[in-house]
Amino acid sequence: MSLDISFIGILIGSIMASSVPLILAASGELITERSGVLNLGVEGMMIIGAISGFALMVITDNLFIAIIGSMLSGVIISLIFGFLTQSLLTNHVATGLALTIFGIGLSAMLGKNFVGIPGKEFPILFSSLKESIPFFGPILFGHSIVLYFAFTLPFLTNYFLKKTKLGLVVRAVGDSPVSASNQGINVILVRYCCILYGGAMCGLAGAYLSLIYTPQWIENMTAGRGWIALALVVFATWSPIKVLIGALIFGGITILQLHMQAIGFRIPVQFLSALPYLMTIIVLVVISRDSRKIKLNTPTSLGRIFYKEK
Amino acid sequence: MIKIEKRNDVPMVLYFFTPFIAIILTILGGGIIFYILGFNPIEALKFYFITPISNLYGFSELLLKATPLCLIAIGLSFCFKSNNWNIGAEGQLTFGAIVGGGVALLFYNQEGFYILPLVILAGAIGGMIFALIPAVLKTYFNTNEILVSLMLVYVSKLLLDYLVVGPWSNPEGFNFPETRQFNDSSRMPLLFEGLRIHAGIFLALAAVMLSWFILYKTYLGFQIKVSGLSLKTAKYAGFKGKTMILVVFMISGACAGLAGVGEITGPIGQLHRMISPDYGFTAIIVAFLGRLNPFGIIFASLVVALTYLGAETAQIFLQIPKYIGQVFQGMILFFLLASDYLLFFKVKILSLKKNELRH
Repeated sequence: MSLDISFIGILIGSIMASSVPLILAASGELITERSGVLNLGVEGMMIIGAISGFALMVITDNLFIAIIGSMLSGVIISLIFGFLTQSLLTNHVATGLALTIFGIGLSAMLGKNFVGIPGKEFPILFSSLKESIPFFGPILFGHSIVLYFAFTLPFLTNYFLKKTKLGLVVRAVGDSPVSASNQGINVILVRYCCILYGGAMCGLAGAYLSLIYTPQWIENMTAGRGWIALALVVFATWSPIKVLIGALIFGGITILQLHMQAIGFRIPVQFLSALPYLMTIIVLVVISRDSRKIKLNTPTSLGRIFYKEK
Repeated sequence: MIKIEKRNDVPMVLYFFTPFIAIILTILGGGIIFYILGFNPIEALKFYFITPISNLYGFSELLLKATPLCLIAIGLSFCFKSNNWNIGAEGQLTFGAIVGGGVALLFYNQEGFYILPLVILAGAIGGMIFALIPAVLKTYFNTNEILVSLMLVYVSKLLLDYLVVGPWSNPEGFNFPETRQFNDSSRMPLLFEGLRIHAGIFLALAAVMLSWFILYKTYLGFQIKVSGLSLKTAKYAGFKGKTMILVVFMISGACAGLAGVGEITGPIGQLHRMISPDYGFTAIIVAFLGRLNPFGIIFASLVVALTYLGAETAQIFLQIPKYIGQVFQGMILFFLLASDYLLFFKVKILSLKKNELRH
């Protein structure tokens, strides 16, 4: 019995680990969307973060620089999106798609010389506690610092949006850019900041994959996680805490299908691998069916272009 | 001094002219990338844009790659014109190829003129059915079509993978992840000896003609355009929005399915894992670059096909990874969207003197 309980503990720990990139990317995108900007480039920003983090780790041999660099590269690439959508008033959907196509291509090009290089072990915290406490040990301890950050991020985001003045500004800009602008808020500047913040979080999410979760560089290694993160924001009806819950559910499905593959479950591997994607569709259907609920929670100006006559 | 003014209406000449600006900017951007990578930019650009089409074989390859891009983009133009964001054409292409390929495998030991049309039809229906999933979910469950159509891309690719390694794998194929070679009766006829260009190009041209007719000469086309310009107006005019959404997705899926079936019955000749180098995603760029106009799309598909070919030559001659093609494609779309600014705003460069006079 004790063996089973410790196994469940390890299982929960691994589910948490696999949900980290989703939490990071979705929390970042949530802030961007709350400001009224729909950035569909999450996948592209994540993959750029993954390759730049890994490349910097190989070149500098310094994980701290690699992590910071991946966030910076996310910021830089999201700046393209920001400039196009905010300064040149381009369509958000098309620009986001371009960002994803561009990001995937650029990452594969930059990553050519990094394929097959083994990653470095990322330091984990409280590793002694992980072993010594049954069940709770592997859940609470022995993770990377990025995981602890990811699990506090939704609460910080919630606090930011609900309790701080800046959070109110972001929501005002997303819900009613015209009145926000009349109040003297620089709508475009706020949106730029939210886009760049989203870029940083997506970059970090990518670096988590290439530096911590599966420490190596593989082309297209984000494998649709960016898109699942986008779906999570809808699933969460733009609420940070629900992002955390949704990410854990998806992490759970991912780990579950991996375990089913490992024990030789009598279902073809490909069908198990398709589960997270199918689950995303099912969840979207269930959550979107109530169109009133979606309308009530969607930032009113989401995806709309704001232009102020000078 | 620069003054920016909002235009009241978009000049049509400029609307079709800005794509050329985008192409020129992309070439310049490409030159900069080649320079950063340590190549002579002029030489490298020549390798990229001119070498691939400097002989007949290259030209045939250009048309070969432009064919699926053109087909898919024509289909997408129906969706995009009516504000439906179907970005899962890659999945519809894959599913069309699966259904069409299944029929081709069914007839692998039979001959007959009727087999190829059956295969093509099956591919179109397959794509259509697959596109109906996001359409039905959008119309009846209010589900975001962008995310659903995209998730289905991954599902279709996994399904293809399962089929080619599992039940459909070639029994004499030493466990390679591929099906049998299709019988000649289910292969697209080649147009010229020694070149890979095949009859599928006529499907693309027919799609261009048909789409022009539907968009500009029928009531459906009118409905699509009005819904794209203003959903409120469309509702006020009493258009049946739900039916239209289903129809545009079906057209789009059928086109993508045709593209998929054209690839497997044309140059590939069997099913395996890599039936498309992301044509379904790249066609989104083609549709925008062609301004969602049937004839513009022909031109755009040739330009974008060249980025694929150029990437292949760059890989062979300059040892640059072929992914540079995607970088070019992303750049085209970025620059196109950016140059749209000129459509909505007049940028006036005023001399200081004039300005002072006004004060």
